[in-house]
Amino acid sequence: MHLLPAHTKIAALLCFVLVVVATPAQATWAFAVYAALLVVAVRASGVPFGYMGRRMVVEVPFVLFAVLMPFVAAGPRVHWGPLSLSEPGLLGARGLLVKGTLGVVASLLLASTTEPSDVVAGLDRLRLPHQLVEIMSFMVRYLEVVTGELARMKVARESRGFRPRSLGSWPVLASTAGALFIRSYERGERIHLAMVSRGYTGRLPVAHPLSASVAQWRLAATVPAAALVTFLVAVSR
Amino acid sequence: MHVPDGFLDVPTSIGTGVVAATGVALALRGARRELDDRTAPLVGLVAAFIFATQMLNFPVGVGTSGHLLGGALAAVLAGPCSATLCLCVVLLVQALLFADGGLTALGTNVTLMGLVGVWVGWSVFRGAQSILPRRVSSVVPAGVVGAFVSVPVAALAFVLLYAVGGRTQLPLESLAVAMLGWHLLIGVGEAVITGLALSAILAVRPDLVYGARRVLQRRELTIREQVPA
Repeated sequence: MHLLPAHTKIAALLCFVLVVVATPAQATWAFAVYAALLVVAVRASGVPFGYMGRRMVVEVPFVLFAVLMPFVAAGPRVHWGPLSLSEPGLLGARGLLVKGTLGVVASLLLASTTEPSDVVAGLDRLRLPHQLVEIMSFMVRYLEVVTGELARMKVARESRGFRPRSLGSWPVLASTAGALFIRSYERGERIHLAMVSRGYTGRLPVAHPLSASVAQWRLAATVPAAALVTFLVAVSR
Repeated sequence: MHVPDGFLDVPTSIGTGVVAATGVALALRGARRELDDRTAPLVGLVAAFIFATQMLNFPVGVGTSGHLLGGALAAVLAGPCSATLCLCVVLLVQALLFADGGLTALGTNVTLMGLVGVWVGWSVFRGAQSILPRRVSSVVPAGVVGAFVSVPVAALAFVLLYAVGGRTQLPLESLAVAMLGWHLLIGVGEAVITGLALSAILAVRPDLVYGARRVLQRRELTIREQVPA
């Protein structure tokens, strides 16, 4: 899966997630099939399950939202111990949790089997407006540099005894953000001049254009195709 | 807070996707006016900056902390069209490389943060600027007001979208009240951080702040004959 061209993976991910989102929440078994498909795909990719689990923490905020849903939603209520829960709320929360989780796992599979620069090249291949691709490639390329700068500022602050604990530390942190903006912008200006002097005309040359064979497309399409079949069966029942 | 997959139904997601694509296409044309051929490197670096500042945690007390959303700040610093592109690219990178925010909800997220958040922040900023005296020092309060208003308005836009394409029947009034109340608080934090960061930048490089250009151009070069002792 690491070897598949990025654009086939992005297209497959988009189709898979669309199918998952379109599935009615009542079709429990369909979601079980989707989950099984993902487990097989993760297995086949060789990405450790623990690694995926750790990166799933991005899900936490909306898990909280889903947990609150049964308490505030309207409709007939069921009593479960001391709690009074809304029935459509429970169903909605389950749908949200299941679909959200499937989406997160599928996206993580792409993120952990594809280099960021390949993702950018894949989007370019999928005909995203080239200016947007260009902006994104600069962002991805300098993301490490800018976050590294922020990390060094943090080390510098803390080695001088700074501890962000209360609202009183906001001016310090905000001026860090200000300094980071000035550094990033000036770096952008320098990069632009350096690139113009090397013949940059607003578009980076593509050294290795992405291409995918029929077999590769077929491999990438397995999971979304299986999901689509499941969806059609679930809808027709 | 990004909208995940499966939160809104498919027609609404497609609708917001179309809105987002149109807005981003217009912003691409506008950004070329704002920045000419420097667009890609500069907007890319500002996007990296917005991404990095979202990792900067501001302590609120009792162990919790929040971070900047950055829509209004980006609009004041880089201009609204560039800010829309920044936020769009940041959301794209977060969705594809960090699985933060669903891929089918990308249109919704771009519409809420990149279009509503940025343009509401920017218009309120411009409005406040036209009321306040035309000085560099009024850029900060105008930015503060813009940042404060943009957050609850984006939250209201979310409630509106939920009313159209929400999956579960939530009582809309209480959802609106809860979202508004919570985001008013977040808006206060956003406003304070935006103001502090803006004044830090204005003190060093006022020429970099897009929202301050109008005021700066009115300054005239004065040559002083006598050097004050």
